[in-house]
Amino acid sequence: MSATLEDLLAQALQELANSQDLNQLDQVRVHYLGKKGLFTLQMKELGKLDPDQRREAGQVINQAKNHFQETLEAKKQALQKAALQQRLASESIDVTLPGRGQQVAGLHPVSRTLRRIVKIFAGVGFDVVEGPEIEDDYHNFGALNIPDHHPARAMHDTFYFDAHTVLRTHTSPVQIRVMETQRPPLKVIAPGRVYRCDSDITHTPMFHQVEGFLVDSGVSFADLKGVVYEFLSAFFEKDIQVRFRPSYFPFTEPSAEVDIECVMCEGKGCRVCGHTGWLEVMGCGMIHPEVFKSVGISNELYSGFAFGMGVERLAMLRYGINDLRLFFENDLKFLQQFR
Amino acid sequence: MQLSETWLRELVNPPISTAELVEQLTMAGLEVDSVTLAAADFSGVVVGEVLSMEPHPDADRLRVCKVEVGTAEPLQIVCGASNVRVGLKIPAALVGAVLPGDFKIKKSKLRGVESFGMLCSEKELGLAKDAEGLMELPADSPVGTDIRDYLSLNDNMIEVDLTPNRADCLSVEGIAREVAVLNRLDFKPEHVTPALAAHQETLAVAVEAAEYCPRYTGRLIKNVNPNAQTPLWMQERLRRSGLRSLGPLVDVTNYVLLEMGQPLHAFDADKLTGGIQVRLAQAGEKLSLLNDQEIVLDNETLVIADDSRALALAGVMGGSESAVGDTTNNIFLECAFFSPETIMGKARRYGLHTDSSHRFERGVDPYLQSRALERSTQLILSIAGGSAGPVTEVKTETALPKRLPVLLRKQQVLDILCVELEDEVIVDIFERLGMFVETSEEGWQITPPGFRFDIAIEADLIEEVARIVGYNNLPQSELFMRSELSKAPEAMLELDRAKDLLVDRGYQEAITYSFVDEAIQKIIAPDDQFIPLQNPISSELAVMRTTLWCGLLRAALHNINRQHSRVRLFETGLRFVRRDGAIHQQKMLAGLAIGDVYAEQWGDKGRAIDFFDVKADLEALFALTAIAVRFEAANHPALHPGQSAQILSESGENVGWLGMLHPLFEKQLDFDSRVFLFELDQDLLLNKAIPAFKPLSKLPSVRRDMALIIDEAVTAGQIVDAIKSCNEPMIQDIMIFDVYRGSGVEAGCKSIALGLVFQDFSQTLTDSQIDAIFSKLLAALADKTNAKLRD
Repeated sequence: MSATLEDLLAQALQELANSQDLNQLDQVRVHYLGKKGLFTLQMKELGKLDPDQRREAGQVINQAKNHFQETLEAKKQALQKAALQQRLASESIDVTLPGRGQQVAGLHPVSRTLRRIVKIFAGVGFDVVEGPEIEDDYHNFGALNIPDHHPARAMHDTFYFDAHTVLRTHTSPVQIRVMETQRPPLKVIAPGRVYRCDSDITHTPMFHQVEGFLVDSGVSFADLKGVVYEFLSAFFEKDIQVRFRPSYFPFTEPSAEVDIECVMCEGKGCRVCGHTGWLEVMGCGMIHPEVFKSVGISNELYSGFAFGMGVERLAMLRYGINDLRLFFENDLKFLQQFR
Repeated sequence: MQLSETWLRELVNPPISTAELVEQLTMAGLEVDSVTLAAADFSGVVVGEVLSMEPHPDADRLRVCKVEVGTAEPLQIVCGASNVRVGLKIPAALVGAVLPGDFKIKKSKLRGVESFGMLCSEKELGLAKDAEGLMELPADSPVGTDIRDYLSLNDNMIEVDLTPNRADCLSVEGIAREVAVLNRLDFKPEHVTPALAAHQETLAVAVEAAEYCPRYTGRLIKNVNPNAQTPLWMQERLRRSGLRSLGPLVDVTNYVLLEMGQPLHAFDADKLTGGIQVRLAQAGEKLSLLNDQEIVLDNETLVIADDSRALALAGVMGGSESAVGDTTNNIFLECAFFSPETIMGKARRYGLHTDSSHRFERGVDPYLQSRALERSTQLILSIAGGSAGPVTEVKTETALPKRLPVLLRKQQVLDILCVELEDEVIVDIFERLGMFVETSEEGWQITPPGFRFDIAIEADLIEEVARIVGYNNLPQSELFMRSELSKAPEAMLELDRAKDLLVDRGYQEAITYSFVDEAIQKIIAPDDQFIPLQNPISSELAVMRTTLWCGLLRAALHNINRQHSRVRLFETGLRFVRRDGAIHQQKMLAGLAIGDVYAEQWGDKGRAIDFFDVKADLEALFALTAIAVRFEAANHPALHPGQSAQILSESGENVGWLGMLHPLFEKQLDFDSRVFLFELDQDLLLNKAIPAFKPLSKLPSVRRDMALIIDEAVTAGQIVDAIKSCNEPMIQDIMIFDVYRGSGVEAGCKSIALGLVFQDFSQTLTDSQIDAIFSKLLAALADKTNAKLRD
């Protein structure tokens, strides 16, 4: 190797060694290997030599060039590795810090409960129907076999707008509205707000009910019992003890109240169930012939059942809420518990 | 209905415990609300008699008594009660007795004198809340007998919550009849021997309104002893049924009401003028009632009157002028059957509810009057003496409730209850219930007894079968339903999806009352015609909301007053407006936001929420439906005039409002930060466009920006509209990426920067093509908005 070539290589290697980053390194590469690079120029000079010398000199230059290239590659890898290391180090964070952005809120526990109830019934084809909340007394009472002055009206503390316009006291008027316009078979669930003129620890003047009814040929009390039992088991997600006892609603006959085994004490008796071990959760019965008559459905061809339940009560039992009034205070500390 | 278990068991006594009895009643539809001990727990108290009494040597108010308690020697007991006297019989607690509250009686010394027990008041025995002096027992009380046995205190008070259809159980006899049926025991109400007429005087009775009063009976009882006392046993039974003793005449009528379910009324015969009339009141006629209330009658109200005036509100309450009292010698005892329709609603109309009206409006046995009148006569004579006259009865047979046979088809029992019962079982059930059963071709013709007002149709009979068999003994089946495939309407967004979106964007769902404070309602929506309640529960819940904001603002305040500075709420529900005389109930979705955009968090300085943050939430909602809406500046009485927008659908319908609460109301309602509100019509919001596919262009799109100088008054919406009005099909997207005011832009103007994306389906757009479109757009912008290109 000529002294010049040796110097060139030493210089090149020195420059590689001095390169601090990939950018510098690339400049060194171009300086020696580019079109006008120093090694490239050396190769071009070969043309001036004898063919014999040319071959030998070529080999020598190539050796020097290869040496340079290998060193360059190693240096490149080292620099890349260092750069990556540096990025990784500089980008390290405390992953335990909380995330940023909008926080998710929640549905009201009544909505949440309603959704579950509707889901259970909609799954087997019940239609969800809503009705007006300001209702006429015919739909709220008369058509449901509750005539004027009937003692059963006293069971409903009614809000009035005038003698014939009320805030609905139950969701049962939806039964009438549906049957006035549709013919059996009918499977309907009617959730919504209802109103009673009553306010104390265990009553709020507004609350929610879900009315359900089914009308078809050959519907029996046994079907009603089955549906109610299956619903309650699905709602509480366990095989729950259910009992039916005779009761009275003007719009059903036979009528029943449904009790479940107390979910707080598992039927042993506690303050919530009044030490009876049972909790009243809904009223139900076979639709009264007078109701069918008022909507023009034949009582001989069809039969049906209806049931109604208080949503707040079910929510209280499901989530262990101990004060009804919390539902309408809308305190975020309460609402945020139902995510 | 509250009754004493001992009284009930005297009539029918099944071999079951109290708990079993209660369970049985509840499961038969007579729901037992509570069972309470008739007397608190105590022991060691006997009937005593004061034999002698000496003053205490060292205490003025104490007496040293010798009391006979049935032991070998009388006991020395020191007593301080004012009514202690020789010969008095009293409850005496012996040494070793335990009184209510675990109070143990021991031998003691009172100011140096030994005392071997304690003489007791009703309060000390837990029989009354208050007492003055010792409890005085009747003179014939047997000395030495345990007081609990003597007063039958080992008893329970059973409270039955009866449904309105079971008027037949509003008496001890009625419940006994039901208990007998359930336990297959015999029960026949005791026969009452009619009193022999000891004089022949009667009052003339004229029933003018026979259909309202099908049967009226009464008699004069003369020379009753005004000083007579109600016997202890009767007082105790009344007490255990929740009634106070009010003197023997009233007590007897109340006792028979409890025993048989028949309300009666005793008039002071000396205060009557002439005979008795049963008639409708004249409109405007006045009547002073026993409760000191004076009422003005209407002409639909039935009264009992004499020849000169109305005496009593028939079937509801007697009048004060003809009432019996401490000086009454002669009475006219009334026992009538008023039809339920006559009494229904009457008590309520005058703001009353009595034991009598409660029974008459539900139905009293129309065949009970004679027996009840004789029973009360018998009790009055035995307690207060006197002589009974003959019974006057005015009866209108045709007006008495008819009990018609009802057909019960065997097949129907099977179809509805899904249980196969032997014929004999069904017949037995009805016969035990006191019904008359005749076999017919399809089943049975069943006639209910007079005391059952709730058996009119076949379903009523089926319920009786179910009730007696026991609802829980009836089968339960898995529902076999006819079903259809479910629908999947796509042109309607489900409300739940919209709610979920708001929840995901940090809005908590609230549920507020539909009725609100009239004051807030008037502030927030002064132009809406709201609907007031006739009988609100309070002034804060008096009118129906015309906007959901009323309740949301109140809920927000509730939380702000509890250290929440950031509140985001939404609610769905109806608003109620009167428009053109009609009531409109409109489904709405409303929301409210106060405080910072994000909850406090690290790495973020925090920024108060503004109009556009909330607008973005609404735009996200509208993006769910892909229905185009416009936000237009418009004034709303509740909102800041410079930050309120009406949201319009493409066809110009009002979808809703978005804006900042007007600063005036912010103060007035006690907020100390800005409040943003929105309210949307659910029906318009939930309209959804079904996607219609457009082919994709394979050619590249080109973006070209423009910066315009426009007058402050020109809105971004007008700029976008002007561009859209050119109907250039190549324009795929228009975005606003900057709004600038300040140096380089003259005062009163602003610069708005837009990015336009162009694309064509058939060719790659050239610069000259885009330039052509651009100059067309600029011309339209200049024309419509006076916009100039910024240099």
